[in-house]
Amino acid sequence: MAIAHSTASGMGGMRTAGDLVARMQMSRSMKIKEAKEDVASKLKVSVSDLADLVVMNEVREDLDIGRVNALPRVAKGIDAKFRIAELLGIEINCVNQFKDRIK
Amino acid sequence: MQKIYTRMGDGSVVVLSESKLKQDLEEGTRDAAERAKISPLSRDELARLFDIYSAPYRFVSVEHGNEVVLSYDAGTLKIRRVGVLTHRIQSLQIYEKILSADTAELDHVDYSFKPVKAIMAYEQTEMEQASLMMTIPLFYGAMPNLGLYTQPDGPCLNPMELLPQGKISEARAAQEEMVEHAVRDMVYVGSLMYESGADGINFDTTAAAGDADFLATLRAVEILKKKYPRMCIEMGMSGEFILGMHGELTYDGVKLAGLYPHKQVELAEKAGVTIFGPAVNTNTNESCAWNTARAVTFTKACVENSHIPIHANMGMGVGGLPVIDQPPADAVSRASKAMVEIGRLDGL
Repeated sequence: MAIAHSTASGMGGMRTAGDLVARMQMSRSMKIKEAKEDVASKLKVSVSDLADLVVMNEVREDLDIGRVNALPRVAKGIDAKFRIAELLGIEINCVNQFKDRIK
Repeated sequence: MQKIYTRMGDGSVVVLSESKLKQDLEEGTRDAAERAKISPLSRDELARLFDIYSAPYRFVSVEHGNEVVLSYDAGTLKIRRVGVLTHRIQSLQIYEKILSADTAELDHVDYSFKPVKAIMAYEQTEMEQASLMMTIPLFYGAMPNLGLYTQPDGPCLNPMELLPQGKISEARAAQEEMVEHAVRDMVYVGSLMYESGADGINFDTTAAAGDADFLATLRAVEILKKKYPRMCIEMGMSGEFILGMHGELTYDGVKLAGLYPHKQVELAEKAGVTIFGPAVNTNTNESCAWNTARAVTFTKACVENSHIPIHANMGMGVGGLPVIDQPPADAVSRASKAMVEIGRLDGL
């Protein structure tokens, strides 16, 4: 069922910009159109590019904000989220908690 | 005349004529409109639904540009439930890397707030570790599940035993006591998990035990949002109608019993919910088309009445999907497309 939904109507998660659009909904209660436009402007892509795997793979590589393939010295997990928080201009709770823990 | 291969609400295959399919769609939307006193779907919307359900393909999808956010609930328990023996963090990585989830959720197999409060140290360390590894947003989720607070599992008298005895006031008093216990547990668990790095807290199957269950969750949300203003709170409902098991409970002056999704979301917003997930239960005696027309009608009214994102619940037996453990892709994809493009969802 998860696969059916994601293929039928999903943005694509970290293959594309799905997680980033989700973060704008979560942090600013943005509706989908508003969240997509906001993320697109911050990534300097078109709204239609947000769900395009080929375009977003390059964008995520350039910005180093996490990709599906686990490659050496490429941002993963918490380090990707540090960059995502800065890129989107939002607070990410676990990033802030991490900063507190390593003070 | 085209013969249309589709399914009933229990998942069984049925072949409908074009006229029967149209009839089902009209009756489904009318059922929702009459119950909730909302607008039925328009002729154009019904025509689009007809196209979706009469398409001869095994799988359909939204058009380019109409993709939405998929926020998965109960992810770690769903992997465990099918007997795939992964650690919970591995399950989250499966959702993130392999299932293309836009958000994921850490949860315990005993998926309620009451049982997890006793093992919070383990849940917290798992959330801290998972947060280091995950890139996509990570929720912690559980069910309010007020029934767990009744004897013999909990401290309160059981209203389901009191009501058949005609002990209405005692049953109401028991539910009010259950609300106090549940609020305390939900605030306790939600606070600790947020302080351990959760991007948000998900209250799943809210109102499953009726209006008292809904009230407890609204109160817990209100307290958590005051304590942590930046916390993302997702409220997923359990059905389209709040059962009046108590019958006289109110929130902000609004009686909770009898509310439909377009009114449920108003209270959820007032309490501080960030993302609202309406649930519309499937009728197994009707076709999936009937059920989806009905679900879209309820959901569309909810979306139009909401200032916050709406992520409809679309799992087994809700949101137009059949009541079967592994809903078939033909049914899932049709309901998914219909709910997103006609219901105007922000996610699911």
